[in-house]
Parts: sequence; structure tokens; C-alpha cells
Amino acid sequence: MYRNMLDFWQETIKRDSDKTALRHRELSLTFSELDQWSRAIANELYDRFPESQNRPIAVFLPKSPAVYACDIGITYSSNFFSNLDIKTPIERISNILELMKPLAILTDDVHLEVINQIPRNDIPILNISEIPHDPLQRHQKELERRLGSQIDTDPFCIINTSGSTGTPKGVVLNHRSFFDFMQWSFDTFGLDGSEIVGALSPVVFDIYDFELCLMMIKGATIVLLDAELAAFPVKLLEEMQKKEVNFIFWVPTVMVNIANMGLLGRLELPRLKTVWFAGEVFPTKQFNIWKQHFPNTIFANLYGPIEITLDCVFYRVDKDFKDDEPLPIGVPCHNTDILILNTRDQLCQENEEGELCVRGTSLAMGYYNNPEKTAVAFVQNPLNHSYPELIYRTGDIVWRDEEGVIHFKGRKDSLIKHMGYRIELGEVEHVIVNKLKLVSNCCAVYDFGKKQIVLFYEKREDVVAKDIRANLVKVFPRYMVPDRYEEIEELPRNTNGKIDRLKLSNQINSK
Amino acid sequence: METVYEILNSLRPEFDFKSSKDFIEDGYLDSFDVVSLVTELEDHFDCIIDALDILPENFNTVASIMNIVKKNGGKCEE
Repeated sequence: MYRNMLDFWQETIKRDSDKTALRHRELSLTFSELDQWSRAIANELYDRFPESQNRPIAVFLPKSPAVYACDIGITYSSNFFSNLDIKTPIERISNILELMKPLAILTDDVHLEVINQIPRNDIPILNISEIPHDPLQRHQKELERRLGSQIDTDPFCIINTSGSTGTPKGVVLNHRSFFDFMQWSFDTFGLDGSEIVGALSPVVFDIYDFELCLMMIKGATIVLLDAELAAFPVKLLEEMQKKEVNFIFWVPTVMVNIANMGLLGRLELPRLKTVWFAGEVFPTKQFNIWKQHFPNTIFANLYGPIEITLDCVFYRVDKDFKDDEPLPIGVPCHNTDILILNTRDQLCQENEEGELCVRGTSLAMGYYNNPEKTAVAFVQNPLNHSYPELIYRTGDIVWRDEEGVIHFKGRKDSLIKHMGYRIELGEVEHVIVNKLKLVSNCCAVYDFGKKQIVLFYEKREDVVAKDIRANLVKVFPRYMVPDRYEEIEELPRNTNGKIDRLKLSNQINSK
Repeated sequence: METVYEILNSLRPEFDFKSSKDFIEDGYLDSFDVVSLVTELEDHFDCIIDALDILPENFNTVASIMNIVKKNGGKCEE
């Protein structure tokens, strides 16, 4: 019985010990090398914290093989990992750490200096550069004994995501919910370890965790593609060619860019077998360009918030769509049930719009150290009055057609997906108005065509757009900083006196 | 030259492009900025930049940006 991701990993390192696990630039690591490194980190963790298990451990490193070694090493120590984005401003990292209170922060020589600037209330730091890769397995027995007591609902990782009050929420995901998703991917798409994954996602994305699990369970090879490559798609595609990538799971942003640049006909990727995308809507026009260039490739649109472990609904695109016809989000993954509920919490009829709610093993354990937010999103199934059963309310408005295929309509609130990140526009506004007090009223809306965040703000004598931006880059990661600034005399209000976001959004998106 | 600086400043006002010797190495331009920058350059200098020219070495300094604009038929004054 599999209770922990490492149960699979043990089988994989026996089976594929000399196979390449990771490739990054000129470096490559076999499965056994990666395993040794991970165990070395686990040993060190045991030395330092012999009593601690099932605690979060933060990883503050750029995307590199070291992150994989840390994440597996943390798992070996019977704790769980939370990867941090090294480009996130200090204040935000500090907020995350304050909420998470990790057992330790793992980093290296290069990033030690940065982490030392971050207020972190004495959270100990472990410098992995000082850990030799192949130590004596001093604590192997102790580590194994501890792993033996782990269960499949123990956490595997925490993923931090935007929260409306300015502090990210930490979504706690357990081993079993990952098994559930991975099993679906094996059954439905036949993933079997022959994949050479072109890994472009940042280590803070759930897609990173999917790729990690695919490597750990099936022995797939991961080719790390640096984020900088996305700025120069020619380089990105050349790297994929060179390393014979045959599987990608990306957010559409960069794929749209590649299609618009007309690069697909000019650089061949003959090995590309499977393309998954998720995280935001893929405009059909650009999708069709990909489909035309790769007639034998399998394309799938995946949908789901991180609270249900990656994705819960998928659509294998096996028929043609017109450029102006949106791609459906599809049908539920195995072992997942989708309830579309109307405002009275009743099941919607065909073609009736309602909120997508999820039932299944895939549900996260909740938000870390945040019972209030957890209670709002993870609720008793309103259709079940007989025993406790949680569903996750996504806040996404969808409808189901005659064939049972689900289509995405929009959001109940101000949440958007931008460059693959989930952003609460309310959080952006909250920080500008209440924390930084830059303006007294503002409203952020999303321009879906240009994929830009637009900030409307009420005129103030001493404030110009440049100041707002300059302040925001200090507290927000780049993807949360509005791209355009529109000064207006007075923001439109609805009848309740609330700022009329919808009106502003329509104004931007109808152009 | 000033026009290119103006475009860069409007994209990322928080950076001082004049003091940077390599915009890419300094991390001044991410994938979104490059897309916006190319669009702006094409509009301003009335040209279409070949996708195969969108390479880091063509965007690391103002001089290299002007070269690539010229190479693609843009009217770009020194």
C-alpha cells in the first residue's frame, strides 16, 4: 500500500537508478544521484530537528535541481515542503513566513544574504551548500522508522496563493490527493515515465509538483527550462529541440506568445507528443495555430484551483473549434465529482449557470493556520444532510451542456488568472488603499485581450502613476503589479455605493 | 536613442536603464516586457521585427535594440 510519495520513489530509484532524472542547462543528474543528495539533506534535517515531523519547511532557492533535492529530502524527513519565490519582495515573504512558521528555511550560499534581510522571527536557516552530497547514511534507520508512521493524509506540500487581505493563503495538500491526480493522468493519458518533461513553471506553481510527482512515481525525466527563456521563445524552443522534450504542461501565456510570433512553422519540435495547458483561458485563435502545427500531438485543457490538487476537469481537444469559439473546460477527472450549484445551493439544470463545486479525495486539507478562510471555502455539501462531507467552492461560474461538457463563464468575485498566477484584485486594492495609503479609492480590473491589470484610481494632487507603481514593486511580486494606470475624477459606484468593478471592466474589455 | 530609453522607462519605471550595461543580465526585462517592447518598437519605428531576431543579445543594450530595429527596416535615428 502506498502511503507516501517515497513509497513510489523507492521503486523508481531501484528501477531507473542510472536514468537521467533532471537536466538543467549543462548539468544532469541520475535518479540515484538525486536520491543521495535528497537523503543527505534529510540527514541534516534529522541532525538539527530530531523531534520534528509533519512540520512545514520552506525552500528559498531559484529553480534548479537543488529544489527537487530539498523537496524530496524534506519528504524523507517526514516533514513537508513549501517552495518560496526568490523574486517575491521581502515583505511578502516575511508575511508568508509569519503565517507558516516553518521549522526551517533551506537555502544556499548565494541566497543566504537575501534571506538574512528578511524579518523571520528566529526561524533557523539551513545552508544546503554546506551539506556534502554523499554522506554516511547516519540516520537511515531513524528516518525509515519515522516514515513508517506516516499516513497518506499527511501533508506533502504547501502552496501559497493570493488572499484578499494582503497575506497569501497556504494551501495544504496531502500525499493521497496527489496519488489521486497522478493515477488519473496515467489512466487517461497513458503517462508511463517515457516523458521528457519541458518544465517551465516556477517552483511555486502546482504544475511543478505535478512534474515532481511524475518523476518520482514513473521515472520521467525533467528538463528544467529557465523562466528567462520564456522572454526569448526562440531560445526556449531550441532548448526543447536539443533536449528532445516530448511532454509539456504550461500556462497558455507563453504559448500564446509563441503562436503570435509565428515561430511554430520555423522551429520544429517533432517529438512533442503531449501538450497540457491550464491556469487560464487559452484563446482559441492561438490554440488553433498550435493544433495545426502539431496534428499528431495530444492537446488537453485542464482546469482546477489548487485547493483540489492541480485540476479536476479536463478536455482533450479532439475536434476543431472556430477561432471565436471558446474551448470548454470539459468533464470531471476520475474519482472527482463536480456539483454545479445555483444561488439557492441546488443542482443546476443543463445550460444553467452556477458555481463549480468539487467533491473528492482531491480536496486540500485546508489553509494553513487559517481556520476562518478554510471554513468559508471548504464547506459541508449542501446536498448531503446525513453525514459530514466537505466540498470545495471554487467561486468559478460555469454551465454544463447537453453532452455533459462543462464550460467556463467567469468569476463570482475579483479573482483573476494572470501569467498563470491567481490574483485577488481585492488584495491589490487593499494594499494600495489601506496598507500603503497611496490613494483613497481605487479599483483594479483585468483587460482580458491585452492580458494586463489596469488600475483606476481617484485623482490626488500629490500622486502620479509612476509613484504608485514604484511603491507596488516593493511589496508585490511582479505579476501582481498593475500594468496600466488610469487616473479618473471619481470612480463609478453602484446603487449600494460600492465601486462598480463590473462597469469599469466592461469599459476596458468592450474596446 | 532617447526614444528607446523612453519606451523602456515607460515599461519598467522602477529601473534605471541608463546605468545598466546588460538589461537581460540585470533582469530588467521579463517575457512580458519583451513582448510589449517589441510591439512598441514596431509601432514607433514602423517596422516588423522578425521573430527569429528576438534573442537576448539583441535586447541587452539600447545600441543592440537600435541595431535590430534598423536591421528590420525601422527608421531609427541615432
